Amino acid sequence: MIDFKLPSLGADMEEGTLLQWHVKPGDTVKRGQVVAVVDTSKAAVDVEIWHDGVMAELLVQPGDKVPVGTVLATLQAPGETAPPPAAVRHPVSPSARRRARELGIDPDGVNGTGAQGSVTLADIEAAARAQPAPAPAPVALADRQTEMRKAIAAAMSRSKREIPHYYLAETIPMQAATVWLQQHNEGLPITERMLPAVLLLKAVALALRRTPELNGFHRDGHFQASVPVHAGVAISLRGGGLVAPALHDVGAKPLDQLMRELADLVKRARAGSLRSSEMSDPTITVTNLGDQGAEAVFGVIYPPQVALVGFGSILVRPWVQDGEVRALPTVRATLAADHRVSDGHRGALFLVELRELLQRPQALAQAFTAPQDKPGASP
Amino acid sequence: MSRRVSYREAVREALREALRADPRVFLMGEDVGRYGGTYAVSKGLLDEFGPERIRDTPLSELGFVGAGIGAALGGMRPIVEVMTVNFSLLALDAIVNSAAMLRHMSGGQFSVPLVIRMATGAGRQVAAQHSNSFEGWYAHVPGLRVLAPATIEDARGMLSAALADPDPVLMFEHAQLYNSEGEIPEGAPPVVDICSARVRRAGTDVSLITHGGCLPKALRAAEELAAQGISAEVLDLRVLRPLDDATIMASVRRCRRAVVVDEAWRSGSLAAEVMARIMEQAFFDLDAPLARVCSEEVPIPYARHLEEAALPQVAKIVAAVQSLMGAAP
Repeated sequence: MIDFKLPSLGADMEEGTLLQWHVKPGDTVKRGQVVAVVDTSKAAVDVEIWHDGVMAELLVQPGDKVPVGTVLATLQAPGETAPPPAAVRHPVSPSARRRARELGIDPDGVNGTGAQGSVTLADIEAAARAQPAPAPAPVALADRQTEMRKAIAAAMSRSKREIPHYYLAETIPMQAATVWLQQHNEGLPITERMLPAVLLLKAVALALRRTPELNGFHRDGHFQASVPVHAGVAISLRGGGLVAPALHDVGAKPLDQLMRELADLVKRARAGSLRSSEMSDPTITVTNLGDQGAEAVFGVIYPPQVALVGFGSILVRPWVQDGEVRALPTVRATLAADHRVSDGHRGALFLVELRELLQRPQALAQAFTAPQDKPGASP
Repeated sequence: MSRRVSYREAVREALREALRADPRVFLMGEDVGRYGGTYAVSKGLLDEFGPERIRDTPLSELGFVGAGIGAALGGMRPIVEVMTVNFSLLALDAIVNSAAMLRHMSGGQFSVPLVIRMATGAGRQVAAQHSNSFEGWYAHVPGLRVLAPATIEDARGMLSAALADPDPVLMFEHAQLYNSEGEIPEGAPPVVDICSARVRRAGTDVSLITHGGCLPKALRAAEELAAQGISAEVLDLRVLRPLDDATIMASVRRCRRAVVVDEAWRSGSLAAEVMARIMEQAFFDLDAPLARVCSEEVPIPYARHLEEAALPQVAKIVAAVQSLMGAAP
């Protein structure tokens, strides 16, 4: 029997409220399947399961608030024989069962307070009284913003308290990249055009191959590098606040696929329907201020990650090339990194590699490694 | 207007009333005459009614119970006192094969209007052979009516109803009850039936179903449970055969939980029979498994602390109820 536990959906998460089960005992589930919705202080997150198997028992009921690590359900591994039915029987007294039928309530979903944990008549009637109230609703918007502010405050305070940040910056010419994008997007409808952000993300992922000490987690005094690059893409939310869900295995995917996934991720982040793996997987954060942003951003690392790459607006600046001053599109790339894990010299090598990669956009478009690992496997 | 009497006095008054009311009535048994009865129930009756009607017998239960059956067949209304239920085993053949079955065996030609009284129960440090509770055995037998007066009112009122019955009636008086006291109305004796169970304390959460010597324990347990916020009903069976199913089921349906308290051993006991009937008739009204508090399955010990440990006690009843209530109040 496998325990399915409430995963941490971010460094700032200590507990979550189960909103809904998408499965019931006896359902066959596949690794990666969304089985539940959990309300964190930030969002209602679709939680995936990490094993193939058959759902055995749901231990936490919708509306229950439980700490991270709580066993939410048990799962039979493939081939595991079912326990005798008596072991999972939910005792319901005869009168409670009869009353539940009259009231149209499923007694197996009611908490028992009677002899040997059995569901009693009073439990059914209490459940019936509680029913007209809507199922536990996600936290109201205003509360959500307050909660999110608190969550960000907690994570960022912890980061600045624990992580000795160092910062580097590099201005990168974007002439070649801009031209390549223009050619690529020519004639394409707006919805299919590629954004510069995708090139930047791809370049970050490839540059990290040379400096793996920037990609991974620092936990319990040790750094654990990650082979796949799951880029946490900082997405500001319309009501305020931000989330940084993972774009999985950026290095291994072609650009058009990344573009589709990025658009989907932004849409879902703003709709509040992110998946648990997207919340817990990022191995590095990339924040991109975009067109309307400032020149440069020096970010605060999201623990337990060890680096954050920032991009300012792509601006036309005077740039010396071949002994001449020319007006070229450039972007200011910055690195905030954890000095416990890496040093400024290695950080500088990363930024230089990033710069060189962005001069060869065609190579970026063609460079993708074979899929290295499935999302969610690394943390 | 009411007056306070003991259970012993109430039975004596009932005997006196019966002896005065009907010349066919006589009392027969070991030491009932000159000694006044082993439990002093018939004290003074010999002087009042003489040796023809208050008859001391030899120590031969089979003999004098048989003689009582014969007298009943012959038109008398005998009251036979068997000192305790323990000794009634010597008269089992007379009681079961003769008294209980003669109406059937004679095709309805004969009835046996006999009353047999006996003391029952433990709790007096008289050791295993004098501490049994076999009333449940007799409640097994068709043809017998089995009574267990547990209150002063029933001790006073049941005898005349038993004598009016044309068939054999067994009355079990728990030896621990003789000294108990209670109020009965002044003047005319209380009229009670010998067919129904009675709620002695109303409640809503659990029904304590009991009889005889366990009734006071169940009432004390209900008192303790009330202090814990559990409302216990106490049902006195009164009549062990035939059982008053309607009243039992009404109480179980009200409370949805039941604990049967019976001083007999649990295996094959009257408690088991009551529980089986509840399962047959009120299963869908139950909100918890049934439970029972019976005596430990050992010969009742002589040593006081062991005897107390072997018998149903207030604390055991309270614990059984608590286990049925789970986390509920």
